[in-house]
Amino acid sequence: MTIATIMLVDDEVPFVEAMTKRLKRRDLVVEQAFSGQEALDKLTEGSKTEAVILDVKMPGMDGIETLKAIKAKVPLVEVIMLTGHATVESAIEGMKLGAFDYLLKPCDMDHLIAKVSEAAAKKRQHEDKIINARIQEITARRP
Amino acid sequence: MRPLNTHYLSLTRKMVLVVMLISIAPMIIFTGIILNQFSASHHEKIYAHLAELVLKHKQNIDGFLEERIHNIRFLADTIEFDHIGENDDIAEKLMRLQSAYGTVFVDLGVINEKGQQVAYAGPFKLEKAQYADADWFKKARENLYFTSDVFLGLRGSPHFIIAVQKTWHGQKWIIRATIDFLSFNRLVEKVRIGETGFAYILNREGQFQTKPIFDFTPTLDIYDPYFFTLKRIGKDVEIQERPDGAGVMSIYVSALLKGGDWLLVYKQASSDAFSDLRNAQTGAVIFILLGGIVIVCLAVWMSNNVVNRIAKADSEKEIMNQQVIETGKLASVGELAAGIAHEINNPVAIMVEEAGWLQDLMEDGAFDNEEDIKEFERALNQIRIQGRRCKEITHKLLSFARKTDSRIEDFEISPLIEEMVALASQRAKFSNIELNTHLDPKLPAISASQSELQQVLLNLINNALDAMDKTGGVLDIIGRQEDESIVIDVADNGPGIPKANLARIFDPFFTTKPVGSGTGLGLSICYGIIHKMGGEITVKSTMDVGTTFSIRIPIQTNDPSEGVVHVTGNED
Repeated sequence: MTIATIMLVDDEVPFVEAMTKRLKRRDLVVEQAFSGQEALDKLTEGSKTEAVILDVKMPGMDGIETLKAIKAKVPLVEVIMLTGHATVESAIEGMKLGAFDYLLKPCDMDHLIAKVSEAAAKKRQHEDKIINARIQEITARRP
Repeated sequence: MRPLNTHYLSLTRKMVLVVMLISIAPMIIFTGIILNQFSASHHEKIYAHLAELVLKHKQNIDGFLEERIHNIRFLADTIEFDHIGENDDIAEKLMRLQSAYGTVFVDLGVINEKGQQVAYAGPFKLEKAQYADADWFKKARENLYFTSDVFLGLRGSPHFIIAVQKTWHGQKWIIRATIDFLSFNRLVEKVRIGETGFAYILNREGQFQTKPIFDFTPTLDIYDPYFFTLKRIGKDVEIQERPDGAGVMSIYVSALLKGGDWLLVYKQASSDAFSDLRNAQTGAVIFILLGGIVIVCLAVWMSNNVVNRIAKADSEKEIMNQQVIETGKLASVGELAAGIAHEINNPVAIMVEEAGWLQDLMEDGAFDNEEDIKEFERALNQIRIQGRRCKEITHKLLSFARKTDSRIEDFEISPLIEEMVALASQRAKFSNIELNTHLDPKLPAISASQSELQQVLLNLINNALDAMDKTGGVLDIIGRQEDESIVIDVADNGPGIPKANLARIFDPFFTTKPVGSGTGLGLSICYGIIHKMGGEITVKSTMDVGTTFSIRIPIQTNDPSEGVVHVTGNED
């Protein structure tokens, strides 16, 4: 059983590759994106991604911009910021904009998995709430 | 200790001259003015005093002569002309005169119309003397009263005569009295002032009527004018200052006597008369000399002191300048820190993941199949690659952070520019700034301090990146040759610099960045460094179009004998 379906967004290719392999081995479904734009393109309505691990410093669309765009496009998807020490301020800014949490790079694998699970769980909770609300709405309409 | 520098020597010299001028000039001027005033008033006083003295004596002598005449006149009225020569009348009269007036009257005589002395009383054997041919007799016949000049006469000793005419029974008789030369002389001898002042009387022919204290022959032509001028002008006393026969500068005070026949002259050497003044002048000169010496010594000592302090302050300033350059460099490094830290972080993260992946594989019991072994090799290689990346990045930073070496050397500018561009490239990438270099392929080498030029370039690049940080843009670094210089342009298309700020942009501590970010020292340090190289740094900017900083550095090598000693690095 998969723990979660996530997307890794970072411009450092070797980093993304190594991470993907390790996460897959730990029963995660991993999608890859090497830029903010690419991530947005892949996060469509029907995408199964539950959480996004997003690097803060990227060329082109940087982390914060990408976060805003993701939250605008697929608000239920949780975003975890990934940052080197120098950009902790950006990560906190991200939290204010709706990020779930932030992680330091290089990462502790177990810590990462735990966070991802939490994020995914939260997303599922929200989804369930929304579905229940909708059902109630429909049943309430019936006389 | 101060560096033996012509600059400091000339500064000292200038200071000494100025101090001397402003101290000595007023001293001399004031002393001169006071001395002048004193001299003028002293002159006046001395002249006035002398004039008064001579006037008094003139009155004295004239009075004496007049009195004698009155004496004889009075006497003449009492002579018994009928029995003249027959009795002791004349002798008695002489005795009376002598008892009244002392030895002033030497003798007394009565002379008839024919010049025959008919009565005589006195020490000489002059009874029956004949005066018909005598000069004085002729003159005495012409005037009612007559005073003669001093002459030897029949008696052979200097004397002068007072003669009074008396008409008796149609006959003109002359009553004659001889005035004692010594008594008369005493009147004039008494006039002494100072060391060299004395008086004498001259007649119209320039012959002495009195015996002067100092033996000398008067030069006639000096006195001629007096006889005429004084009478003409009607002045009682005339003062003149002129050299005497021996060339000694003397004061001559003269007054007419005896109705214009005689001249009373008072003579004193000028140096004697004005001895007080001479003393004052000597005193003043000594004062000025001493004062001058003191002033010169003080000026030299003080100037040396001051210039020493200036030299010390200058060298301290030089040290501080170096420290400021160091600090500026550290600030530049700090600006890069963020970008560089991230740069290193990425390869490190990758290495960590790859290593972790290898651990995962080993947990699964790897080394069994070829695929796993290939995976190991790949992962380890990746680790090595990323490790090398880290090394390059830290080297870039370290080479810049190395202590400032102000050594001047010849080097090619293009590799240096490219090195700096590489240092900043990561930061540019993350700020969405396109970084381009256009370097002329054949740029000649220049002679300068490499690390200082690095700092300038990095500062300019960082400033451009700061300006375009939020908006992104394009930054071009252009290197070209223009005449005898190399020109490096750092051109961005950022927001530009307002005209008001452009004028002050190289001022120290001028910054438009918010408090805490940037000291405002960067551009002023760049300015100082480029000027030290003999080059110039300029800026052109248009609002909303862009800014270009241009550095111009001369190509020819520095003459080592001209160079100022550099502080080479700090030891800490």
